[in-house]
Amino acid sequence: MSKRASHFLYPLAGTLIIVLAWHYYVVLFHVPVVVLPTPMQVLQAMVQESRALLEEGWITALECIYGFALAMAIGIPIAVTMTYSRIANQMFYPLLVASQSIPKVAIAPILLVWFGTGLKSKLAMAFVIAFFPVVVDTATGLRSTSPELLELARSLQCSRLQTFFKIQLPSALPSIFSGAKIAVTLAVIGAVIGEFIGSNEGLGNLLLTANSQLNTPLVWAALIVLSVLGMVLYGIVVVAEKFLMPWAVDSTHKH
Amino acid sequence: MNASATKDAKGAGAAPFGRIVNVTKTFFTAAQPISAVKDVSFQFRKGDLISLLGPSGCGKTTVLKMMGGLIPATGGLLELDGKAINAPFPGVGVVFQAPTLMPWRSVLGNVLFPMEVLGKNDARAKARAHEILKLVGLDGFENAYPRELSGGMQQRVALCRAIIHEPSILLMDEPFGALDELTRLEMNDLLLDLRRVTGATVLFVTHSISEAIYLSDQVVVFSKRPAVIVKELAVDIPYPRSSQTRFLPEFTELERQAGVALGIVHQ
Repeated sequence: MSKRASHFLYPLAGTLIIVLAWHYYVVLFHVPVVVLPTPMQVLQAMVQESRALLEEGWITALECIYGFALAMAIGIPIAVTMTYSRIANQMFYPLLVASQSIPKVAIAPILLVWFGTGLKSKLAMAFVIAFFPVVVDTATGLRSTSPELLELARSLQCSRLQTFFKIQLPSALPSIFSGAKIAVTLAVIGAVIGEFIGSNEGLGNLLLTANSQLNTPLVWAALIVLSVLGMVLYGIVVVAEKFLMPWAVDSTHKH
Repeated sequence: MNASATKDAKGAGAAPFGRIVNVTKTFFTAAQPISAVKDVSFQFRKGDLISLLGPSGCGKTTVLKMMGGLIPATGGLLELDGKAINAPFPGVGVVFQAPTLMPWRSVLGNVLFPMEVLGKNDARAKARAHEILKLVGLDGFENAYPRELSGGMQQRVALCRAIIHEPSILLMDEPFGALDELTRLEMNDLLLDLRRVTGATVLFVTHSISEAIYLSDQVVVFSKRPAVIVKELAVDIPYPRSSQTRFLPEFTELERQAGVALGIVHQ
């Protein structure tokens, strides 16, 4: 089998085995639908409720994208400030690290009070949870610039801005992207937590509603759409990475 | 920094191009001051290739960095073309042991980096970049990324980057130390070719005796830390040099003298 085919076929075969095992488990042990629907019932629910899933999914997607974008837009400048200002670093870095000991779910009710039950509180939740890895990875990347390249910059009398934009920022790009990949995954978690705590829209809300109505197939359908949403958002970051860092070795095909 | 001083130095033909006078460097660490370079003096002419030879970690790199104005001397005087050096100045090219290319730039982009920073990235600069890349045998690789090149090829790109802006002095810190022996010999000849074409003045740090003698007009031998000059050798073997040069009796005699100075050959 060619390498390309095995790349594609093995995961497919693995998925098929799990789905079949699931199906026969439900059928052979007469598991009630409320406990676990068959894959086929889930698929049916997806088709029947496709409109609702798409609409609610779009809302959740927006919450994730806004929250993630905000985490990047605020996280990167903060990391830059903390890398270049020792005072800012000493003043706020311990606080930033300490703030991470707060369970993020516990912040949700506060955000609800501040921002209401609409989109804003969800994107705030997504932001809160996605923000930290962006800051940490960006700062790590900026600090790991090759000292020789910095020396080269000094010997050429580069200005601070030239050194930053021509050397340090591109050096940090791989780290920034690894932070972004974690952040985009966390943003989905944040958005769903936000919807769980207080919302009348979004996939999280749909999932809770379906659960309370014992509509288990729809719960599973929502779950699958959520995971697809997570994968698509992750994929967008990977595509952006390939586009902005065409020089880097392809890391996704290594394992 | 002083215009009249420059004129004077150029006017007096016999004056050396570079001077290092009683230079001392002490690093003040938390535990204790560490003396890296102690009372070092030597001078060189324009267009010379001078090797700083000594054991690893002896402080010869520190001398090189002080010459580039990258670190200040604790005491003494460094001068290039009549101007005292105490900060980075225009007209320095540097090559490190690792190629240290920017992985996000193509070969051409890496070579043109100094011109870009100096605001001289015009058509002429590009033409010159192509020309020197051709000189080091890298024509056709202009658009390749560094990761697509071998270590030796990357170091050639680094060499081109160091000379693109026609520096008045080229500082090389064990540039071929990480390469295999065959590539290193090849790079030695390449460096001599480049020097012949560009007329660059080169300070070359190495811990290889034969490399130092093969390349240089003058070899300055340093002791273990703190670096003190233990011997200065003038290499009176005419250029161009070739593989046969290494078998000349003068060559082996110089090797022996350098070995004695380093304390690894006993008389």
